[in-house]
Amino acid sequence: MMNLTLKIWRQKNASDKGSMVDYKVSDISPDMSFLEMLDVLNEQLINNNEEPVAFDHDCREGICGMCSLYINGEAHGPDRGVTTCQLHMRMFKDGDTITIEPFRATAFPVVKDLIVDRSSFDRIQHAGGFISVNTSGNTIDANAIPVNKHDADKAFEAATCIGCGACVASCKNSSAMLFVGAKVSQFALLPQGKVEATDRVLNMVKQMDEEGFGNCTNTGACEVECPKGISLENIARMNREYLAASLKG
Amino acid sequence: MSGILNSSIGRKFAMALSALFLMIFLLQHFTINLLSVFSADAFNEVSHFMGTFWLIQYVLQPVLIFGVIFHFIMGFVLEIRNRNARQVSYAKNNGAANSSWMSRNMIWSGLAILAFIGLHFYDFWLPEINTKYIQGDMSGLLANGEFRYFEELQHKFVDIWRVVLYCIAFIFLALHLLHGFSSAFQSTGMNNKYSKGLQSFGKAYAIIIPLGFIFIALFHHFTH
Repeated sequence: MMNLTLKIWRQKNASDKGSMVDYKVSDISPDMSFLEMLDVLNEQLINNNEEPVAFDHDCREGICGMCSLYINGEAHGPDRGVTTCQLHMRMFKDGDTITIEPFRATAFPVVKDLIVDRSSFDRIQHAGGFISVNTSGNTIDANAIPVNKHDADKAFEAATCIGCGACVASCKNSSAMLFVGAKVSQFALLPQGKVEATDRVLNMVKQMDEEGFGNCTNTGACEVECPKGISLENIARMNREYLAASLKG
Repeated sequence: MSGILNSSIGRKFAMALSALFLMIFLLQHFTINLLSVFSADAFNEVSHFMGTFWLIQYVLQPVLIFGVIFHFIMGFVLEIRNRNARQVSYAKNNGAANSSWMSRNMIWSGLAILAFIGLHFYDFWLPEINTKYIQGDMSGLLANGEFRYFEELQHKFVDIWRVVLYCIAFIFLALHLLHGFSSAFQSTGMNNKYSKGLQSFGKAYAIIIPLGFIFIALFHHFTH
């Protein structure tokens, strides 16, 4: 069992200035997930008639992309290939001080405490992260169109992006290019995505820029911190798609 | 096409193209400087050609100056935009866990190189412009009738502090190139199956070229 000191960002609402507040938690099992540890803290706060810490979570199995948190200076904490809900307390030691902050970016404004508004990602998706398919009852089975295995694998890898925003949070420039690169790539590699490829990349990049994300400077931090291991290759592919689309358009 | 220059990817692409252009120039500059180690006469001949041939003087030189100015102005623009993209900093940020020091500090290595370019212009370019275009002496000769270029080069490296400053600047250049080379290829979309080979070549370029410049500066200091 571990006793820990937590330094947590507390902010009442979007307009509040906010500050770091220290808390102590005790008897934390190394088998707990990070979010379960925060549940213990919140139970303790509620029992003391204090406001619990607000944080995002949903599936708690690394699929939904809701949990976030910048833990000890890294998105989703010190482990690799996991979301915060999959991060185990065994990654920490008894007596540790853990700093917990929200994902920081102008395009991800803080809503409350550790919750940020990531709807900028939704707006980028709405701008072009889809294919138009006739669903009037004569929908063609996707498997009816043969797809090269290499392309199918690359598209699938890109499609594993859960849109959590760790790439933005980790990037020193708050760039969303790994996310947008993955969303552009998953369609650009498939025949179903070719039809709208030009508009898609132009519109998604335009929306990304309007949301206020920074410019990628290829530090590679996003790729390292991404819980799904999305590759930088997707950014290069998006760059190629964008340049080709700009020349066409 | 019109939106490309105002887009984040367009700016990245422009930054990368100017970087690739400057890296080609750097290789050419290094090759000529290296000649000075092996043959003063050859160095004099090539320097005189470079300093007087109209295509280089009136076409390539202005393009080069534009490339340098464009690269550092675009660097500042990107830095300012990127700082605005995160207005509240993290209380604790462990950048070393996921990225190299070079990649996170391109602005600082770039500023060090910019300061060096100022010194380098003061040392070589401004006196050259003065001699050729203000005093009107295009002969490239000293009073004794010999070419002046090798003599001027060696004279600059007599002062140990200038040599030290040059060596420090070349270390920053190496740090800048260690990230910049592969970054330029990634920005232009050339991250593919040849990337590993390109990255190895980039690392070799980033170390060999600055190390070579350091060698040339030290060589002339100790052989003067």
